[in-house]
Amino acid sequence: MRRFKEKLSGRIFFVLALSSISALALITVFIVAKGAPIFVKVGVRDFVFGMSWAPGHGEFGIFPMIVGTLSVTLGAAVLGVPLGICCSIFLTEFAPSVLKSVFRPAIQLLAGIPSVVYGFWGLIFVVPFIRDRIGGPGLSILAGSVILAIMILPTVIMISEVSILALPRQYKQNALALGLTHWQTIRSVMLPAAKSGIVAAVILGVGRAVGETMAVIMVLGNAVALPKSILDPVRTLTTNIGIEMGYASGEHQQALFATGIVLFILIMILNSAAQFITRRK
Amino acid sequence: MSPQPKFVIKNLSFYYGGKRAIHDLSLDIAANEILSVIGPANSGVTTLLRALNRLGDLVPGARMEGEILMDGKSVYDPDVSVTELRRKIGMVFEVPTPLPMSIFDNVAYGPRLIGKANGKSVAESVERVLRKAALWDDVKDRLKTPAMSLSGGQQQRLCFARVLALDPEVVLLDRPCSGLDPISTAKIEESLSQLKEQYTIVVAPHNVQQAARISDRVAFMLTGSLIEENRNVEIFSRPKDQRTSDYVTGRFG
Repeated sequence: MRRFKEKLSGRIFFVLALSSISALALITVFIVAKGAPIFVKVGVRDFVFGMSWAPGHGEFGIFPMIVGTLSVTLGAAVLGVPLGICCSIFLTEFAPSVLKSVFRPAIQLLAGIPSVVYGFWGLIFVVPFIRDRIGGPGLSILAGSVILAIMILPTVIMISEVSILALPRQYKQNALALGLTHWQTIRSVMLPAAKSGIVAAVILGVGRAVGETMAVIMVLGNAVALPKSILDPVRTLTTNIGIEMGYASGEHQQALFATGIVLFILIMILNSAAQFITRRK
Repeated sequence: MSPQPKFVIKNLSFYYGGKRAIHDLSLDIAANEILSVIGPANSGVTTLLRALNRLGDLVPGARMEGEILMDGKSVYDPDVSVTELRRKIGMVFEVPTPLPMSIFDNVAYGPRLIGKANGKSVAESVERVLRKAALWDDVKDRLKTPAMSLSGGQQQRLCFARVLALDPEVVLLDRPCSGLDPISTAKIEESLSQLKEQYTIVVAPHNVQQAARISDRVAFMLTGSLIEENRNVEIFSRPKDQRTSDYVTGRFG
């Protein structure tokens, strides 16, 4: 009887675990099934590298949106990653415990703010600021990058912090005993030792930026055109789906699913890169 | 005995928060000899070693009373640079911790950082200290491989070489052989006895036998107090205190 229970519990957990994996399988199959026909009709190359997006006229080129996603993500990384890493260094190495007990929950709260609120704040604060002080229409790559940079901060900070804290205490002790200053110890011993964790933090943060939709819909301007500067509006892959899915049908809908496939592949590349780097020791 | 001791410790007490780890300890440490500090766990041996290079400062709530003079000057003097002090007083720890870089860089790291060495002279000094630490023959063909690929005993000798590369005056070793194989232990002990000509060496051995093998003088500590300090032979054959006798003969500890 006891043995039977043991066996049964194993099975039950297996079925439950399987259901979460099967959700992934179902979604993948569904997206591919819905989106693949447009690849066949337009051709993968014309779809991915096509410059014109006019679903009404049967033109489905998403290259400007790929550029949009990449530029906004890059901008978010440039702004958010150094800030996040510095913040995690401060928290692990310099902050007195009083400050730590304020900073940590605050950063966790930052992760809990709904993305639509970020977008709204961006629209009424960041966008006008850029328009009035820097130039352009305000709705721009820069605005999206700023919002996304803030949104990826919690991911970058918390994962970097964990990887620095996970270092053996002896590293620091040995470095200090060699006569290194505190900063030399951090820069040349602790950060290199925590490198794989920090890189994973960056990639997960970037993954979040690539996938974000709601916040950037409101601040990017969503124009389907190749941007000439960071002050120009762009549309990303996610916002393309978010904006048009409500009224699309037929080939148009297929094209949006195909956009999803491209996005899916992009994020899969990022995730495998993160896994590869964290596994390598 | 040399005229001027390397360290003079006067009435040292060391506290972690409210807990007293060392109680009113006075001890002279002579230059160019090996002093072993022995005692059971929680006797304050590690704390004493870390007070000398001020690594104890790093523990939150740590506080000391009394005086530690090195060459007649207090190591806690406000104008003493802690980083300079720690370069003069190298330390090898119980757990070997190579830095996350190659074997060569582990040793060259310190000298490069303080701008002591460049180009060819780095390579020479790396070889010199690796020989001193009895590691050169093990690693001479793979200096560029990560230090993590070495065995535990080799890693510990690497840490020893890394300390010597900074050209210290004093070397502290806190249970340096506790996790090591007998061959590595023997190599480290042998290099210690050769190196005392150049350095002042303070060891906290992981057992009494090691103290008997390697030291010129032995200090015995118990619950934060210094019980007895004398030449090696005296401690092991004619201890003055009953507790010393009980400890070195293995009746407790």
